Amino acid sequence: MTKNLQWKLLAIIAVAGLAALSVYPPEERIRLGLDLEGGVHMVLRVQTDDALQLETETAAEQLGEQLSLQGIEVTSIVAVDPTTIRIEGVPDERDAEFRQMAEDQLSLSYDRESGAGGSYTYRMRLPVESSLRDESVRQALQTIERRVNELGVAEPIVAPYSVGGDQILVQLPGVSDVARAKEIIRSTALLELKLVEDGPAMSEELLLQTRNGVLPPDMEIVTGTSELLSGGVPETVYYMVRRVAAVTGRDLRNARPTLDEFNQPAVSFSLNREGARKFGEITSQNIGRSLAVLLDGRVETAPTIEGRITDEGQISGTFTQQEAADLGLVLRSGALPASLTYLEERTIGPQLGADSIRAGFIASVSGMIVVAIFMLVYYRLSGVNAVVAIAMNLLILMGFMAYLGAVLTLPGIAGLILTIGIGVDSNVLIFERIKEELRAQKAVKAAVNAGFDRVFLTILDTHIASLISAAFLFQFGSGPIRGFATTLAIGLISNVFTALFVSRTLFEATLSRRRAATLSI
Amino acid sequence: MPFLSKQPDFDFIGNRWYAVAVSLVIVVAGMAMAVARGGLPLGIDFSGGTLMVLEFEQPITEDSVRDALTAVDEKVVQQYGDSGAGILIRLPQAGPEEGTSLEQGAEQVIATLEASGLDGFEVVSRELVGPVIGEELQQRGVSAFVFAMAGILIYVGLRFRFSFGVGAIVAVAHDILVTLALLTIFGYELSLNVVAAMLTITGYSVNDSIVVFDRVRENLRSMRRDEFERLVNTSINQTLARTIITSGTTSFAVLALFVFGGEVLRGFSFTMLVGVITGTYSTIFIATSTAIAITQGRARWRSQAASEHVSASGRSQRSAGPSRSPRAPRSPRSKGRKARAS
Repeated sequence: MTKNLQWKLLAIIAVAGLAALSVYPPEERIRLGLDLEGGVHMVLRVQTDDALQLETETAAEQLGEQLSLQGIEVTSIVAVDPTTIRIEGVPDERDAEFRQMAEDQLSLSYDRESGAGGSYTYRMRLPVESSLRDESVRQALQTIERRVNELGVAEPIVAPYSVGGDQILVQLPGVSDVARAKEIIRSTALLELKLVEDGPAMSEELLLQTRNGVLPPDMEIVTGTSELLSGGVPETVYYMVRRVAAVTGRDLRNARPTLDEFNQPAVSFSLNREGARKFGEITSQNIGRSLAVLLDGRVETAPTIEGRITDEGQISGTFTQQEAADLGLVLRSGALPASLTYLEERTIGPQLGADSIRAGFIASVSGMIVVAIFMLVYYRLSGVNAVVAIAMNLLILMGFMAYLGAVLTLPGIAGLILTIGIGVDSNVLIFERIKEELRAQKAVKAAVNAGFDRVFLTILDTHIASLISAAFLFQFGSGPIRGFATTLAIGLISNVFTALFVSRTLFEATLSRRRAATLSI
Repeated sequence: MPFLSKQPDFDFIGNRWYAVAVSLVIVVAGMAMAVARGGLPLGIDFSGGTLMVLEFEQPITEDSVRDALTAVDEKVVQQYGDSGAGILIRLPQAGPEEGTSLEQGAEQVIATLEASGLDGFEVVSRELVGPVIGEELQQRGVSAFVFAMAGILIYVGLRFRFSFGVGAIVAVAHDILVTLALLTIFGYELSLNVVAAMLTITGYSVNDSIVVFDRVRENLRSMRRDEFERLVNTSINQTLARTIITSGTTSFAVLALFVFGGEVLRGFSFTMLVGVITGTYSTIFIATSTAIAITQGRARWRSQAASEHVSASGRSQRSAGPSRSPRAPRSPRSKGRKARAS
């Protein structure tokens, strides 16, 4: 055996050893995709319009406040759509003043589109709009990530999805309670504390009766559920509250589940310094009145203010313990800047995944056995080289996947089987070529060398062409298909090594021992 | 084993039109069926919709589930898996994507089943795809295919000849059409997995074509004087043993996947199985025929152009080589040299 050959064999053993080391133990090292492990896959869209609407409404409100401070009375200031403010009824004599003030307030983010006869339209600038949209998607992403992490899921994925820019992919391996996971992710968790002016009442009309059926502009009507202390049927009740919130979720420092004075699950929260100052001011001025705690625009509870409260509060309602814990979680993780809608949701039960693994395993093993038997019968001793090369290809493939942390999916298992096929193809190409050279009366060693040399470029060409389609498959694919493309690509690359280097070295090793006149092929 | 130990000599190229006829029949039958059913059978991945798999505690028939679900519109109910207790339910729409209504259909099915007394079941998988995602996936699928084809055309065109590249692409298009037709005929739905299998087939088919083209390229160097058609036919025969062994063993491996791979992979493995077979067949008949047709068309066009030029200039006579048979193409090497000279 020559020195060169010894080195080659050593290299092969080293690669096989490394691959085996990297893949062992397989249950821990191979990351399984959702389709094999079970879990939830969701694609959500961030309704970025919500964030724009909020921004525009706030700008309109602020302008309104400034105008009334200066005594400029206009008929209306409304955010007519998420990016447009419309102002009507500006008095002629104060038009110049109004313009000046509107410019000061709005010109950073809004352009004046039209302004005639006391009516003005301002539209949000495009760069402002798109940066606000991006910002709200980024915020949503971070918020969801925090919530998912608090949920305690192992290796969750929360990532931007698609070119559209407003979609988010969430994958939760091993989670089977979809409903709860969705509730937690989706809850906008907008907490607002608003002073109650009137109510609770059984209908909107009752609330408006005292005001001649007209809702004052600084008020709004919200709904809640009548509290169930008496054990009666829950009914919808109506409250008239101040439009501007006294305190919001932004002023929150912490929130945690607790029990209220009736030993019912509740959520207690504490406020940061700024929130505590505002809260203290409002509560001390309004002792005896009710304060509505609104979550996502719905009244959860409306306790009476007993005295000055600064930095602690409690939300009690009709929660179960789980609900109280989840509410604490979403409040802690902060409000979502915009609501979310679901575009896609797939839940795979762990049982189905386990079945698929078993089926895939049986299919791969039986595929490999069929191939091995055929190669050994048809190519006799040379078939051993092929089987070793193909088995090693699979080993390297698994080793690389473990090393890269690539995900094995169900189509990925199919990719494994296809890799066996590719390995067979390369070996058959080589062997048939060697046979042809032998038929042309070449000596054994020369025939083997010629076989490998001539096939080298063919194998390179076929593999590059297959890699091209694997690359596009990866680009196109989501989840499982990406797994397939990854498996296929790694298999292709390692096959070049096993078919051209490992198999050839094995031939050289066999032929070096004797002066071979014949070859078992 | 004395299988194909001598080099075979079948006349593949001479019989290529029969093969084309067979393919045409399959494709036309598939198209007729697709038209009769109002389009290709798109799965929920592309059309949007709801897909649920329920596992009952007791074996159950699809009819009894269907009867229990009479109140639910446009549903498809099928037996699923081998246990006899699995039921697949498919609904066309997953709701208008507002709020949580994506799951409306799924919840209606569960509620209806529970109300009907068929309650001992577990939802083992539930997939809800909104129409927006379906459309996006369709676009991405088509563009992945187009880009992969363009990439392969360029690669094969550069490494071999342009006509070979076109041949490989036409063969792939043939495989996709035949596979689509067979999927339609056998009632498989186009899902993401099936599309992945089709993209894999494109790789496999091109792989197969390259092996034959590679042999043609090699033979062009040594058998320059031979007629191109015969040369291609010889090349196919020379690589035939490899072709049969490879596609034989690969289809065995894929068959194992089809048999043991379970319900989830059935569409995928069926597509792969069909693809491996048509990929091999299209290499032998379609890819080579296309390359021959283009080469001959060009040679004819050139010799025509050349004979017009003969009287005008002696130089063009030398470079176009009008003395050669119009059917005999030049080897890639001499062609390259000529292209540089002109």
